[in-house]
Amino acid sequence: MRALTYHGAHDVRVDTVPDPEIVNPRDAILEITSTAICGSDLHLYDGVIPGLMGGDILGHEFMGRVVETGPGSTLKKGQRVVVPFTISCGQCFHCLKQQFSACDNSNPAEKQDLTEPLFGHALSGLFGFSHLAGGYPGGQAEYVRVPYSDVGPIVIPEGMEDDEVLFLSDILPTGWMAAENAEIEPGDTVAVWGAGPVGLFAVQSARIMGAERVIAIDHHPRRLELARQMGAEVIDYSRTHVLEALREMTGGIGPDAVIDAVGMESHGFAPDSILDSAKQTVGLGADAPHALRMAIMACRKGGRVSMPGVYGGFADKFPLGALMQKGLQLRTGQTHVQKYTHDLLRRIQEGQIDTTFLISHRLSLEDAPTGYRNFKDKQDEWTKVVLKPGMAAAA
Amino acid sequence: MSRTITYPRSRTGASGALGLVALAAAGLYLGYKGSRRSEPAPAVYIDDAPRRTARGARDSRRARGQAVVGRSVTINKTPREVYDFWRDFGNLARFMENIEAVSTVGEVTSWTVAAPLGRSVTILSRVTEDRPGEVIAWASTAQSDIETRGRVRFREAPGGRGTHVEAVIAYTPPGGAIGRLAAGLFQLAPEVQARRDLKRLKALMETGEIPTNSNRKAA
Repeated sequence: MRALTYHGAHDVRVDTVPDPEIVNPRDAILEITSTAICGSDLHLYDGVIPGLMGGDILGHEFMGRVVETGPGSTLKKGQRVVVPFTISCGQCFHCLKQQFSACDNSNPAEKQDLTEPLFGHALSGLFGFSHLAGGYPGGQAEYVRVPYSDVGPIVIPEGMEDDEVLFLSDILPTGWMAAENAEIEPGDTVAVWGAGPVGLFAVQSARIMGAERVIAIDHHPRRLELARQMGAEVIDYSRTHVLEALREMTGGIGPDAVIDAVGMESHGFAPDSILDSAKQTVGLGADAPHALRMAIMACRKGGRVSMPGVYGGFADKFPLGALMQKGLQLRTGQTHVQKYTHDLLRRIQEGQIDTTFLISHRLSLEDAPTGYRNFKDKQDEWTKVVLKPGMAAAA
Repeated sequence: MSRTITYPRSRTGASGALGLVALAAAGLYLGYKGSRRSEPAPAVYIDDAPRRTARGARDSRRARGQAVVGRSVTINKTPREVYDFWRDFGNLARFMENIEAVSTVGEVTSWTVAAPLGRSVTILSRVTEDRPGEVIAWASTAQSDIETRGRVRFREAPGGRGTHVEAVIAYTPPGGAIGRLAAGLFQLAPEVQARRDLKRLKALMETGEIPTNSNRKAA
C-alpha cells in the first residue's frame, strides 16, 4: 500500500510499504477514506519529538471502511468508522472509569521503558506517534490496522459525509473535553488561548455549554475570524496587551475559566531533550508556556484552568503562587475520545455542531508532503488539511 | 555477635519472600542504625514498604550478592483466576519474553531461558509452597544451571480492582562459564524485564491478547 512515512526532520514521503494484516484477535483493517494532518503531526515533522523512527507511518486522525476483521472484532465488513487517536483496551481499570487515554494495556510493554521514569507511569498507545506511545502505524495511508476494534471505532450512518465526522477522531472531542474541564456555568466568560482547530472547537463547545462570553486569543487573522464566526470575541496578541485587555473586558473580574489550547508539544518527551529545549528554545517553545502562564494570571479568583495543550516535560517559571493564592483548579489530560464520540456524533447529526468550516484544503494522499509543508509554513491560510487516498494526485 | 532482624509478616509484601534467604548480618544492621541521627531511634525501625524498595544495604539478600527482582501489578481478575493461570506453568512462556520452553515431569519443572548469542540456560525448579489463590513459591534444584528462588503472591486489590500480583525472584549467578553466560542472561535490566513480563500478563488476562505495534504477523 501507499503510506506517508517519516524519514527525518522536514522529510516525509509517500512510500510503498507492506499492507497491514490482522495480528491480534480484536483487530480490524480499514481502507482509509479520509485522514487529516494534525498540529501535533507538525511537531513530529519538525523532528522534535523523540522516539520516532525512519519509515514510521504517521497520522492519528482518520476514518475509513472496514475491509477485514479478526474473530474478536465487533465490526462488520463494509461499515464506515471513525477511529479515536487514543488506543484503548476497554477492560483495564482506567478504561472502565472512561479514562480511555490512560489505558494501561494498549502500549506494548516493551515500549514503556522510557515513559515510566519520565512520568511515573507508562502512557497509553496512540496511532502514528512516537514509539514512546507504542509506535503504532498511523492512518495517513491506504490501509490501517486498528487494535481493540470492538472498543474504539464509532460506526457512521450512511448519508453523512466524511468531512462532517472525521474530526470525531481527535480535535472535536479534544475541544469538547477542554470546555468540559473548564466546568462552565451559565453566564461565564471563558478565555481560550490558541484559535487553532482545538481552540476553535473549544470556543464552539463552550458556547454550547452555556458560556455567555468566549474570548479567543491568537495572532492569525483568518483563525481569529473563524473564532468570531463561532461566536467569540477576539484578541490579537500581536497588537494588544492580553492581560490588560482581559481585565478591562471583564470589568476587573477576569475570565471565570481559561483554556490553554496552545501547549508545548514541541518540547518532546525525553528527559534530555526536554531540558535542552527548555533552555534553547526561544521561539515557539518559549511562547507556549507563556500562554499557560498568562492564562493563569488572567483567570479570576476561584476560577478554572483547562489545559488541553500538550506538554511533555518541565515548565520554567510556572506561576504556582498565583494558582494557589487565587484558589484555581487545574484540569488537563490527553482526550478520553471514546467517552465523547457518541454524544458528539448526535450533536453533529442534529446540526448543533459543524466541523466542516475548519477544512481549508483537501489533497490526495500522494500530495501529503505538500500538505505538511504548507500546513507548517502558511498557518493562517492552511487551517486544516484533509488527505483523501482515493483522490487523484495533483499533476 | 550476630543478631536476627525480625520483619513483621503483615502488610509487607516482600516479607512473604523471606524464605528466599536467611536474614542475619549484624554489621549491616548496625551500619544502618548508625546512619540514622535521630534519637531515640527504635531498636529496629521497619516501615510497611516491601523490603526490595529499601535504600542501601537493608535488603540483606542484596548485601549477600544475590540479585533480587521484585515487581507488582494489578490485574482486573480474581486472585483465583490469576493464580490458576500462573500455576499452569506452560502459560508463563506466553508472556515472559525470555522463556523459550517449559515442561514439567513429576515435581520438577524445566525452564529453557534464552541467553545471548542464541544460547540458552536450563533452570530446574520445584514448587516449595502452593496455596491456591494466594501464593506459589519455587526453588531451583541442585541440577539447575542457576541458583534461584521465587515467589508470587496474589491478593485481592482494594476497591474491587482485581488482584495485586507481586513477584519476587532472587538468584545467585554461579561462577565459571555458565556463570558468565548467566550474567548476560538478562539482556535488559532485570527490573525492566520483570515489569515488561508482568505488564504482558496483565494485558493478556484483561484483554485476551498481548498488544503489539506490528502491522504483520511474525514470520
